Amino acid sequence: MRKIVHKWFWVWNFDKEEKWLNEMAAKGLALTSVGFRRYEFEDCTPGEYKICLEFLENKFREAENTKYIEFLEETGAEHVGTFLRWAYFRKKGEGEFKLFSDNTSKIKHLTRIIAFIALIAGVNFYIGCYNLFLYFSWGNAISLLGVLNLLVAAFSGVGLIRLFRKRKKLKSEQQIFE
Amino acid sequence: MPNPALTEAVYYILLSLTEPLHGYGIMQHVEQLSRGRVKLAAGTLYGALNTLLEKGWITALSEGGESRKKEYVITALGREMLDCELARLKELLENGRTILGVKA
Repeated sequence: MRKIVHKWFWVWNFDKEEKWLNEMAAKGLALTSVGFRRYEFEDCTPGEYKICLEFLENKFREAENTKYIEFLEETGAEHVGTFLRWAYFRKKGEGEFKLFSDNTSKIKHLTRIIAFIALIAGVNFYIGCYNLFLYFSWGNAISLLGVLNLLVAAFSGVGLIRLFRKRKKLKSEQQIFE
Repeated sequence: MPNPALTEAVYYILLSLTEPLHGYGIMQHVEQLSRGRVKLAAGTLYGALNTLLEKGWITALSEGGESRKKEYVITALGREMLDCELARLKELLENGRTILGVKA
C-alpha cells in the first residue's frame, strides 16, 4: 500500500530527516519518492531498508552526479529520488548503510551545505539591506519583500550557526583521530 | 624523503588494488582484510578513488568485457607510495615496541 506523508525539515536538520526516514523504514514503510515536503512510502518488511541522504556535489554538471549515483547503485544502494540537489538512497539488508565513513568526507559534505545556505543568506541579506536603505534615505515605501528577505537571512543565519557547530565538533575530533 | 601519513581508507584501498577490483569489490575486500573493523562507505570510497585517480596512484581499466562496472588497479606510483607508507608504519611500530617494551 502507498502512503504519502507531508513533513517539513529545515536543511540543517538533514540528520533528523534521515533519522525519521529510518524510523519509518523500521516500522515497515520504505521511502519510494520525494518532493517538496512530501514523502511517499510503500510497505516493506520492518527493518528491511536503511535510508541515507546526501547533498550532491555538482551543481551544474548533471553527468557527474549521474556517475556518482551509478557508483552507489553498484554497491547495492537504490536511488529513491533527488529533490533540489538532495539525493535519497535506500539499501536492503542487515548491515549498516552509511555514505560517509570518515570525518574528512563528513566535513566535506557539511561544507557543501554550509556554502549553499551561506549563499542564500548572503543574497537575502543584501537585497533586504538595499530595501531598507531605500526606505530610510529616499523615503520609499517600506517593501514587505525586503523585510521578508532580512527574515530569511536571519533564519538561515541560525541554521548556519548550527551547521558550523556540527562541523567544528568533527574538526576537533580530527585533531586526534583520523 | 618526507612521506605524509596515508589515511587508513587510502592505505587499504591501495592494498586492495594490487589486483583489479570494482567499487563494491574494494569495500568487501577492505572489510575482509581488516576482519570487519574498517567498513568503507560508498560515498567516502568514491571521493577517495577520484582523488587517487587524479594523483595517478591508481588507474581505471577500460570498460567493456563482461561487466559494465568500472575496475581500478594500482599504478607504479601508487605502489611506491605504499612502500613509503610501509616504511613509516614500521618506524611507528618499532618505536612503540621499544619504548613500551612489547615484544613483537
